[in-house]
Amino acid sequence: MTDQAYNFAYLDEQTKRMIRRAILKGLAIPGYQVPFASREMPMPYGWGTGGVQVSAAVLTPEDRFKVIDQGADDTTNAVSIRNFFRRTAGVEVTTETTAASVIQTRHRIPETTLKEGQILVYQVPIPEPLRFLEPRETETRKMHSLEEYGLMHVKLYEDISRHGHIATAYAYPVKIEGRYVMDPSPIPKFDNPKLTDCPAIQLFGAGREQRIYALPPYTTVVSLDFEDHPFEASRADHPCGLCGATDSYLDEVITDDAGGRMFVCSDTDYCEARQAQGHRGKDAA
Amino acid sequence: MYVAVKGGERAIDNAHAWLAEERRGDPSVPELSIAQIREQMTLAVNRVMAEGSLYDPDLAALAIKQARGDLIEAIFLIRAYRTTLPRLGNSRPVETTAMACDRRISATFKDLPGGQILGPTFDYTHRLLDFKLAAEGEPPQDAPQRPPEAGDVPHVTGFLNREGLIEEAPADDTPPPDLTREPLELPAERALRLQALARGDEGFVLSMAYSTQRGYGRNHAFVGELRIGAVSVEMDIPELGFAIEIGDITLTECETVNQFTGSKTEPPQFTRGYGLVFGQTERKAISMALVDRALRWEELGEDFTGAPAQDAEFVLSHADNIQATGFLEHIKLPHYVDFQSELELVRKLRREVAERAEAANTSRQEAAE
Repeated sequence: MTDQAYNFAYLDEQTKRMIRRAILKGLAIPGYQVPFASREMPMPYGWGTGGVQVSAAVLTPEDRFKVIDQGADDTTNAVSIRNFFRRTAGVEVTTETTAASVIQTRHRIPETTLKEGQILVYQVPIPEPLRFLEPRETETRKMHSLEEYGLMHVKLYEDISRHGHIATAYAYPVKIEGRYVMDPSPIPKFDNPKLTDCPAIQLFGAGREQRIYALPPYTTVVSLDFEDHPFEASRADHPCGLCGATDSYLDEVITDDAGGRMFVCSDTDYCEARQAQGHRGKDAA
Repeated sequence: MYVAVKGGERAIDNAHAWLAEERRGDPSVPELSIAQIREQMTLAVNRVMAEGSLYDPDLAALAIKQARGDLIEAIFLIRAYRTTLPRLGNSRPVETTAMACDRRISATFKDLPGGQILGPTFDYTHRLLDFKLAAEGEPPQDAPQRPPEAGDVPHVTGFLNREGLIEEAPADDTPPPDLTREPLELPAERALRLQALARGDEGFVLSMAYSTQRGYGRNHAFVGELRIGAVSVEMDIPELGFAIEIGDITLTECETVNQFTGSKTEPPQFTRGYGLVFGQTERKAISMALVDRALRWEELGEDFTGAPAQDAEFVLSHADNIQATGFLEHIKLPHYVDFQSELELVRKLRREVAERAEAANTSRQEAAE
């Protein structure tokens, strides 16, 4: 592939216009899933083609781009997507959350609070929060338009009666501005409180399912719960082994075959910044 | 001491280098040329063109070479390339009546105008491994030829139509929707369903069709006609004011004649299923026709029996192998974060169960004392 053979950020301008229209519609109706004519991308469906198309549509030559997968900048797919845009758009890339103007993510929201002017692009596998309760798209669209979310509440209630807790640990459903129930993509529910009142624009792209949805800055996002079973963001009950943080989401790493394990920040940029400031965890060198 | 995993970039580069080496195989064995694949792996090339939705035998052969013979991977390469191509315009609908048939058979009539042409088929070969081919011998003897017959080859369904025995299929000039430029919307009209089936996975469409034969939405199909051959593609050129021929493509067309005893809205008559696929791809074309017919239950006033092949949303949502393989294979990507949140949840639930059991045990002991 010669880089000149393709348009800026790979997609042709007509396609980008089509995607931008879907994004604008999504921003105008927060939480509503806008169908869009997703293109085949040069990476497989499931690798973030929705997020890549959204990023391609919003990137400008002046942007500074960051990609994380599982919170980390150095996971293979994050590396691959970052290289794709470095090559096809020639944009500057960064691993620093605060320095990035567009951040594409899979499964995490950065620990560092986002600010106005930033765009967070989520990769979404199944955009429909009702999908595992009702497999038919024709039905779920009807349920959204009628605001018929009883089924979801019944599911959450059944979880509580069976397990004592809502047994959803990631992709935890949220309600947007009191209207649409939305899937926040498979982020751990630890990240859900970061969705609400966020100064950045949040865009969600589902390539295979051909849907885009969006949250404009400062949108009210409420995780579904019950008065007597309030939503609770959970994390492993440990400090980070490398930076000692007690407020970050942790990966569990198996260190030997005798049950040894350590917990480290999943957000690598956050962890490294803390270590650079002199914070040390118990497993740090 | 734990060191965070780094070097994803180098791992990717090295993996690609290794892949390139594996693709080539033993360098002492001569490399395959694109022409060899195009000429000798023709049916693989045809499948890649059909499901890749791009008629270009050379590019399909290149994709097969690059994909190490993984046809779904090759189809993916073609799709990703195709989507970047500009649209110059639309051709006129191809006229299959004017097809130069290499093969044309009817299972419903012993003889018919235009004749039965067996063509280059595996149908009556005995499936015995031909060890002579392993010897890379002489090219096969020329097959006997007969001069091509002049004139069009009429469609079998046209003969039935004269008696009103088969449902009408009036010409319709409504531009069909374009699945590659618009998101799939349900319910889908027949043109859109046919489009999705034409680029759907051969294995999936085959299994769906097979399920109707075994009773899941049975529709009693006869192959009214199966034809394979070249048709010319014509395009209107605005500057010229008329259409010119821009090339030939090989197509496989299958029309099934399906028994139908009538419904509340339709009289007893034969009904139609239709398949049209790039290249010599008759398994796919026949399968497509059977599934097309099964999906037509609603417009013919039949009952929905709950059969998978009748369920348009089910069939259309799962027919595309590029979507399917992408989503299936993506589960090998890292899911540390989600898995961690599940781990925490399962640990918590187990802890609570254990605590409850212990509490129950204690209270039993206290009661006994």
